[in-house]
Amino acid sequence: MKLPSRRLREFLIEKLIFLSGIASVVFVVLIFIFLLREGVSVLKTTSLGSFLGGHFWYPISTPAKLGILPLILGSLMVTAGAIAIAVPLGIAAAFYIAEVAPKRLRTVLKSCVEVLAAIPSVVLGFLGITVLVPFLKSVFNLPTGLTAFSGSIMLAFMALPTIITISEDAINAVPREYKEGALALGATHWQTLFRVVIHGALPGIIAAAMLGIGRVFGETMAVMMVTGNAAVIPQSLFEPVRTLTATIAAEMGEAAKGSAHYFALFAVGIVLFVISFAINLTADILLNRGKKK
Amino acid sequence: MRTKEERAPIRTGLRAFIIMGAVLLAAAACGRRPSGSSGGTALQIKGSDTMVNLGQAWAEAFNKLHPEINIAVTGGGSGTGIAAIFNQTCDVAESSRGLEEKELQAAETAGFVIHETIAALDGIVVVVHPSNPVSALTMEELREIFMGRVKRWTAFGGEDRPIVLLSREVNSGTHIFFKEHVLRRGKSKGPEEFAPAALMMPSSYAIAEETSRNENAIGYYGLGYISPRQKVLAVATDAHTPAVAPTIESIRANTYPISRPLYFFTRGEPSGTVKAFLDFALSPAGQDIVRAIDFVPVK
Repeated sequence: MKLPSRRLREFLIEKLIFLSGIASVVFVVLIFIFLLREGVSVLKTTSLGSFLGGHFWYPISTPAKLGILPLILGSLMVTAGAIAIAVPLGIAAAFYIAEVAPKRLRTVLKSCVEVLAAIPSVVLGFLGITVLVPFLKSVFNLPTGLTAFSGSIMLAFMALPTIITISEDAINAVPREYKEGALALGATHWQTLFRVVIHGALPGIIAAAMLGIGRVFGETMAVMMVTGNAAVIPQSLFEPVRTLTATIAAEMGEAAKGSAHYFALFAVGIVLFVISFAINLTADILLNRGKKK
Repeated sequence: MRTKEERAPIRTGLRAFIIMGAVLLAAAACGRRPSGSSGGTALQIKGSDTMVNLGQAWAEAFNKLHPEINIAVTGGGSGTGIAAIFNQTCDVAESSRGLEEKELQAAETAGFVIHETIAALDGIVVVVHPSNPVSALTMEELREIFMGRVKRWTAFGGEDRPIVLLSREVNSGTHIFFKEHVLRRGKSKGPEEFAPAALMMPSSYAIAEETSRNENAIGYYGLGYISPRQKVLAVATDAHTPAVAPTIESIRANTYPISRPLYFFTRGEPSGTVKAFLDFALSPAGQDIVRAIDFVPVK
């Protein structure tokens, strides 16, 4: 009497879990198909070359100018800046937390990192507008503080928790024997860290950086608030830029369905998707390679 | 951020609403035609894209008072709305421009009068940092500035600083109005564009914030955002006329150059449901909605 019902329950639960598991795959595929279907239509109004390589983004003019080169470069510029700040800082913090900090301080630091991850990006953006932007303007004597650099700093804050947490895991995963061996051979603590532990943890650290980059690249809100959003090809970090994500966020609400502008925004989405996918894939490959060792 | 986040869902809903309106309209065309300007239990409102949001907000509030009346608000442009008055496919036309001479004549030939109601005003304020010595500019000067042709404040008697342009995003009606009215001198189609270097701010709040902190900045926003943290510029139509400061009064008197009235047009004197709707739009509650959507109330 009891057995069949139990078996049925197991069966149902198994299937439910299977559906949940497969759901994300289905969603990714559906999203990509949808993006592709809507985005490819942009080629009816503009060639691939002039879309990816065009210097001007005037989507609502007649005729519309749909060149996303300034947007791609804007995204890359902000991301590069953020990585330059967050990666060294994040790795150093991870080493400190994993290897140097006393136990009590370690717990405090780890929870602080988690809190940092929990701050909504709008809140960071808000702080950016009111504090960071005027500060940068006066420190560097810029025409405006709304620059790629402001965006990079904001994004660095957002990437730090990811980089710290994953790097720290990688460092902890380095076999104890490596460290003991190095110390037994007479290496100092610093030499052990810098010459031995970092090598063992390297694939994990690189993966951490890549995941941080992925997070930064797709971030929208804070960037839109502090980078000025001018669609010009950036000459330096201290100029306003417009990112791919901010463009979609700012313009999607108003683009008439079926217009060239609407399709162009989906095509921008494809570009974003492809770049993020490449970043995540690289991170994945590096992480797996690290595990095999 | 406020206006953007609140407005975006309305706009998306609007698209569905426009389609629904089109279907309703087709159904109405097959069956009953809107009876003159009284409206009955269904109300078709059509016209200016600038006013679609406003019309939608009025319709929602009006619907709470009169749930039995179906209101469809659709865009398409002021001309579309006025044309719909002629072929009786709408009860109220929303328009961001006045009637043209030929439209008035056409109505006369067709044997009816187009009734005009000014429902709200649209005024855009140009602002700079409070420390900026420049206090008035002409329309032509604004045009040169926002097209990026003049790059330093010295050209207008200001300090030797670069001019940082602040514009709204392209999704903003304010952006479009400023472009057409100032950059393109009132023409809706033209080659003039904002300089590529103009910063596109996601909200009027962001423009206000940056202007109040940056001595180099010049920006624009709706009248509702004026605050002592930014300096409001007086604007002159040309070099021969005096510069006028934007106030509710000067916008109502049409002496401030970057403003325009927003109209309702009906076929003949409004009555019945149409009159009820127009009266609601002009009531204090209706005019509060005008203010909330960043236009200038007429009352």
